Formats: sequence, C-alpha cells, structure tokens
Amino acid sequence: MNKIGKPNLEVFSETLLKEARKNKNIIVVTSDSRGSGKLVPFGKELPNQIIEVGIAEQNLVGVSSGLAAGGKIVFGVSPASFLTARALEQIKNDVAYSDLNVSLIGISAGISYGQLGSTHHSIHDFATLRAINNMTIVAPADNFEAAEVIKQAISYNHPLYIRYGKKPMMDIHPPSTKFKIGKSIVVKKGEDLTIVATGETLQRAYLASEILKKSNIHCSIISMHTIKPFDKETFIEFSQNSKAILTVEEHSIFGGLGECCASLIAQNNINVKLKILGIPDEYMINGSQADVLDHYDMSPEKIAEISKDLLNK
Amino acid sequence: MNEKNLKKKSLEYRKTILEIIFQSGAGHTGGSLSCIDILNVLYNSVMDISPKNFPNLDRDHFIQSKGHSVEALFTVLCDCGFYSKKDLNTLNQFNSHFIGHPTKKVPGIEHNTGALGHGLSVAVGLAICKKIDQKNNKVFSLLGDGELSEGSVWEACTTASKYNLDNLIIIVDRNDLQITGKTEDVNPIEPIDKKFKSFGFETISTNGNNISDLLYVFQHVPVKENKPTVIIAKTTKGSGVSFIENQINWHHKVPSKDEYESAISELNEKLNSYE
Repeated sequence: MNKIGKPNLEVFSETLLKEARKNKNIIVVTSDSRGSGKLVPFGKELPNQIIEVGIAEQNLVGVSSGLAAGGKIVFGVSPASFLTARALEQIKNDVAYSDLNVSLIGISAGISYGQLGSTHHSIHDFATLRAINNMTIVAPADNFEAAEVIKQAISYNHPLYIRYGKKPMMDIHPPSTKFKIGKSIVVKKGEDLTIVATGETLQRAYLASEILKKSNIHCSIISMHTIKPFDKETFIEFSQNSKAILTVEEHSIFGGLGECCASLIAQNNINVKLKILGIPDEYMINGSQADVLDHYDMSPEKIAEISKDLLNK
Repeated sequence: MNEKNLKKKSLEYRKTILEIIFQSGAGHTGGSLSCIDILNVLYNSVMDISPKNFPNLDRDHFIQSKGHSVEALFTVLCDCGFYSKKDLNTLNQFNSHFIGHPTKKVPGIEHNTGALGHGLSVAVGLAICKKIDQKNNKVFSLLGDGELSEGSVWEACTTASKYNLDNLIIIVDRNDLQITGKTEDVNPIEPIDKKFKSFGFETISTNGNNISDLLYVFQHVPVKENKPTVIIAKTTKGSGVSFIENQINWHHKVPSKDEYESAISELNEKLNSYE
C-alpha cells in the first residue's frame, strides 16, 4: 500500500521556501492568500520576497507581470477559481501574450474547497487556459510532482499555471522518477486498458488499477500532469496499443484532459474506445472533494467498474 | 532638448501620426494627437530610455496603458531611433508587428497593452521591482481618462500607495472624450484628483498639450517622498488640427485625402512660424 503524503499545497510552499532562500530573485505575490497558500512561514522568513496586494486578483496578475518584466522570478499565488476566471484577461495579455516569467499558482484547485460551493471551485481552468496561446498548464498529482514542478518553474522562463489541491496525497512515484514539464509519467504498464489521469485524480486511477488487477485486468496508468503542452507522443502510443482509454480529471468534461485525448484519437485515426470522467454540465452537487468526486463516478471502485464495462468484462 | 525644438518636434510628430494613419487606413487619430506632447517631452527630455540602454533594465520604464494611442508611441520611438521609418510604414500591413496596439515585438515597447485597465498594475510591479533592487529609476504610465472606469486601475492604486511608490508617475490623458461621447456623460469620473488623493497619491494638474507646462511638471515629480504621483494632463482630443479637435467621431476616424492634406498644410503653417 502506498503511503499517504502531505497536501501538495504544503509541498509547494516548502519547496518554494527552500528555493527562495537560495535565490533572492524569487518573489511571491499573494492576494490575501498567504494562509490558504501555506505561505505564512515564507512570509515570516523572507518578508522582502513576498508582495501582498490584498483581495485583488487582477492586480495580483498585473503586478506579477511587472515584477517579471523587471527581472524577477515571480510566483503569483491565489485561489485557482478567482485567479483563472476573474483575472483571465490579465493572464491572457499581461502574462501569456507578453511572455513573462510568471508562475501562476492556483491554490485549492478543482473542487478542493468542497462545501464552499461552485463560486470557489475551478473546474474551468484547464479549458480556459488551454485556449490561451503560450500558456503551460500543470496539475501535479503527488508530493513528488508537486515539488519537482516548482524546481523546474524557477528556470522555465515562460508563463506557467500550476494548480494545487489541499488534501494529503498518496505517494505514487518513487523519488528516482524523471519529471519534466510537458512529459507525462507512465506509472505502470498493462495490456488491457490505459487510464489517463491528471492532478489529484491520479491516486484514484491508481487505486482502481489495483482493484482491476484482482480481476486479472491489467491497466496502464499515465500521469498526465501537464495538460498543455500535451504529451501527444506518449498518449498516441498508448492509445494505439490499448483496448480502451479512460480519462479521469477533477475538471469539467468540457475542454480538459478528456477532450484533449478525444481530439488526438480522432485526428490520428486511432480505433480505440474512450470514456471521459469529470464533472458533468449541471448544477453541481455539494460535498467534500472526496464525496463529490465519488458522486461523479470517480471513486476507485466506480473507475474500476467503468473500466470493466469499457472492456466488456 | 530645448523647448523650441520640442515644440517643433510635436508638430512633426503630428504630421507623422496623420501620415501613418492615412497611409495604413486605420488608427486612433484623436487620442494619439491628444497624448503626443506628453510622449514627446517624456522621451526627449525626461526619461532615461534609449535604443542603447533599452535591453538593460537599469533605466526608466514606460507603460502605455491606453494602448490604442499607439500611433503616437510608434512615432516617437521611431524618431528616437528604435527603428526606421521604413519599418514604421509597415503599420497595419499583413505580418507587420506594427499593429493597432503596442506589442513587445516592436523595439522600445515595454509591455503588450490594448485592453484597458492593465498597464497600471504592471507599472506598479515594475516600480516595486525597482524598490527591491534599490534602483533610482522611475516608472511612467500613461492612462486614458475613459480608462479610469476600469476597476483594476484602482486596485493598482491601492498597491502603489501601500508600497510608497514615489518612483511611479502616472499621467492621465484628460481629453474629456471617449468613444461614445464625453467621459462625464458616459460614466462620470470626476473628481479625478480627489479620487487619486484619497488613494494616497500626490496629484498635479497641467496642460498636457503645452510643452513648457509639461517640462515644468516633470521637473517636479515625484511631488513627495514615499508617495506615488499622478499628473492630470488636461489635453484636447485631436489636438493640433482644428477640424479634428474635440470631435467625438475622430476617435478612430481615418482622414480622407482632402482632410489629410488640409491637416498637413495646417501643421506646416505652424511649423513655418518657427523658421
């Protein structure tokens, strides 16, 4: 059984603090989000490397851009829902179009805010940001990915959006795993179907594969941590060699991981069954992140059951 | 540069603005003519920005938040030697970087603007950066008066004040008009000075189409230590060409051949008076 690690958000802030101690050019910008971004220790230790703009997400993105234009390595940290909706035009123009070295950190992403409801959920961020030229989108799955992406963000030199949840995550990858933004990680290989997951749904896909193994069904599991640029090569290879593809994401079924996979399957004339799991287009049910994901067919058990259906087993 | 030469330059710049808009068939005539004297004084007498030092960050910075008046900015940057007139003449042509709003693909442009209400936050970020790095450079940002309806402008003001950005100088191109009509009819923004003051700014009003007034004002900024400054530059939309001045329809109207020739001859007459 894999060990349960820390919340990815905590790993983010610890990693950033370690890096910022070594590199005074790293500046964090917050919008009254120091606490929710787990950046209180950062603020205490490195007060000259944190800028607070108050509850003003548009300003947060603009100020981050200005700091980057002045040569800083900037991490703009704000709840994913507000950052990627209210400040979308600033992301589009001031960060992406202007090609600045800003990493936008969407905290408490997806449905991490649980019972706080739809105002606080970001199930649109992949879709909106995918349609913005020059944006890179990353959703780390476990603590390893959560830390590695920050280390790489520092020298990425281009616009980056990284979304983090706040519940403890299961360790999936051994520390020897190679992480590169834009290159997916093959967690395991199996000849029956391929489950592609991103962010915090990876652990659910992984647990589903353990259930399926008991029925002698062998899955490949791909951690598609980078939504854009998409690792087409790996995905196409696996979809050509699998009996079915199942995608799992903590996002609307529109415009995210699943539709990206569907587009690649269709445009490459690949004959493979596909099922997309995500949040459907409806007034969302209320509950904790775990309960809501379970409700929308993303419990490990349900993922296993749907996998069997896809394989007619 | 002396005042007389700056005044002549302003007339020459107006001719170029009209020429490139006329030749390319598009442009924001009214706003470019209202802010051209401000840009002239900034680039030729105030700011430490040149093609030579531009790649280096130890210099002043200019963010034109009212990006649509780009023909004025392109004209001044061309004269300052950032690119040739031949390059500028590609304005609005297919595959040219000289388009209807500033982009960093054009030498001398600091930041991509065009959507209103963005530039000031970026300028604030740059000004904070200068403070962190303990550099004495200033950051200037030109805003339109209609643009002040954007809420993000005021978000940026709170941060400018919080961080005591006396290295930030905002210039409001107060020409009283926006695309629909008078700013005070569309969505009143007065009292502009009191609004900025209440956000922690020092304010100065001046005639933004008067070179000597502009020179005087820019010599006196920042007004107070630890305070950001806003210069409310009273201008005339379409300034310098009698039949374009204060006409709402000239917001982005392109002159006809007759209008173009008439405008050039009016400007030439003024230029001749300096000879």
